[in-house]
Amino acid sequence: MNTSHAVRALNGILRREMLRTLRQRGRLLSAMVRPLVWLAIFAAGFRSVLGLSMTPPYQTYVLYEVYVVPGLAAMMLLFHAMASSLAMVYDREMGSMRLLLTAPLPRWYVLAARLLASVIVGLPLVYLFLFVARFWDVRPPVFGYVAVFPALVLTGLMLGAFGLLVSSVSTQMENFAGVMNFVIFPVFFASTALYPLWRLAEAGPVLATIAAWNPFSSAVELIRFALYVRFDPVAALVVLVCLVAFFLAAVIGYDPGRGLWSRRGGEG
Amino acid sequence: MQVLMALLLATLALAVPAAAETIYVSNEQDNTVAVVDGATMTLLATIDTGRRPRGLALSTDNKMLFVAEGDDNRIGVVDIAEGRVVGELPSGADPEFFVVHPDGKRLFVANENDNLVSVVDIAAVKVIGTVDVGVEPEGMAASADGRYVACTSETTSMVHLIDASTLKLVDNLLVDTRPRAASFSPDGKQLWVSSEIRGTVTVFDTASRAQTGKIEFEVPGIRREGVQAVGMAMSRDGATAYVALGPANRIAEVDVKTLTVRRLYLVGQRPWHVALSADQKRLVSANGNSGDISFIDLENQEVVKSLPVGRGPWGVVIGP
Repeated sequence: MNTSHAVRALNGILRREMLRTLRQRGRLLSAMVRPLVWLAIFAAGFRSVLGLSMTPPYQTYVLYEVYVVPGLAAMMLLFHAMASSLAMVYDREMGSMRLLLTAPLPRWYVLAARLLASVIVGLPLVYLFLFVARFWDVRPPVFGYVAVFPALVLTGLMLGAFGLLVSSVSTQMENFAGVMNFVIFPVFFASTALYPLWRLAEAGPVLATIAAWNPFSSAVELIRFALYVRFDPVAALVVLVCLVAFFLAAVIGYDPGRGLWSRRGGEG
Repeated sequence: MQVLMALLLATLALAVPAAAETIYVSNEQDNTVAVVDGATMTLLATIDTGRRPRGLALSTDNKMLFVAEGDDNRIGVVDIAEGRVVGELPSGADPEFFVVHPDGKRLFVANENDNLVSVVDIAAVKVIGTVDVGVEPEGMAASADGRYVACTSETTSMVHLIDASTLKLVDNLLVDTRPRAASFSPDGKQLWVSSEIRGTVTVFDTASRAQTGKIEFEVPGIRREGVQAVGMAMSRDGATAYVALGPANRIAEVDVKTLTVRRLYLVGQRPWHVALSADQKRLVSANGNSGDISFIDLENQEVVKSLPVGRGPWGVVIGP
């Protein structure tokens, strides 16, 4: 593959993603409203609950609104990744995916370009949410908004790769919707997005252990630390390793010769 | 990357206040005074004191720190330079809180169990007078001109105004239930008294002794009984007052002119007392139940850090 070809392909995929996302007004709106509903209504009920303990990276007591924002940012990326992989399944059913994969470029490159494009398209909304959260007095340091960028990209890629993997094993849109419910809710709720680990440990050691091992927790903590200009190396490593693992599995999954796709006799 | 690092360092440099000051916190249950560096917000040392240290005050020359050692019935004297207790002053029984008179020579001490205010001559190391006040005296304040000393009595629910030169009671004013702290405005024209049970602050005109206002506090999500007004501090320009709200875990910022609450700061559990830095840019609260102090950046209106200092932080003062 030569570079100009690769860049052109990436550019094309990116523009296609952008146009598609911008055209889906309803999805854009719901992507923005969803975290705000959590912040404005769900978090309101827990307002003073967390004012009682300090967990890093916070240096003092924080209101629940402050605690939950990084988790909600990660939730936006999770929903975005799942919607984007739903679009993959749609593309596959419509045949445009086959067209894309027959391009004279390595399969992994096409998938990576698709993944990157999806993350780039999803990020502005997350930033918009972080700025709107300032109205709820969630005011991380200004530099935090810069530092959180790589954390958001890494998280977006990891979740996107996971979405690719899910889409590679689901043959039809119908069962994909089911997969989403089975994926999004456990991943989101059994994590540190809504409650810190010590509070989950109070509820039960099993839940706390699941949350501690849930890669989504690492993504949330990576974003949380970055937003307060701190670096959580363990979380970063977990997210990176998961990204590579999910992506490799997805590339194998999309290989007609080897993947589950062909084994199950699904149509491409 | 270098640019990023430079930016990061610049941000950190901005975040650290330049003021070199030291914060002293009495730990009621540890029998210590914690010494905290104001610039780095780290614990420097803890000084052993007598039993149940609560009220704290610096001498007018900032060289000595007086600590009310309630269960030892005395006032400990800490030499700031040496960082240890070097002497003691008599105080009458169970001193809880006291104030250094602006003349720098006398302490006015509330004796909780004896319904007295004892006047201590620092140089002579003896009690030179007592004033009978209501039951369970607690809060003490002196007007900046040194003319008046105010004392609150918790059970009588009164604030007693004492003439500092004649040591006679000038007036007794009824306030809301269980008054805790008293504070004169910097110009001495107003006297503020906080009520723990009612969760209010009553404002009096010092000259006429007429009540001129009352501040009520509300914290969203916290029952009314959970909002109690205790320690107070007023800015030097007399425009802003800060009131610790006890079990509500908040410090209220009050506009003195309109007597309205501007904002609430979330701090550790059960703040008792607060202190303002000399540059008036920072407030520190001593949080009794969570064993820490909270630093509030008043310019950016945010709580920047809570630092564990010991068991039962109660009083707090800021010195150079």
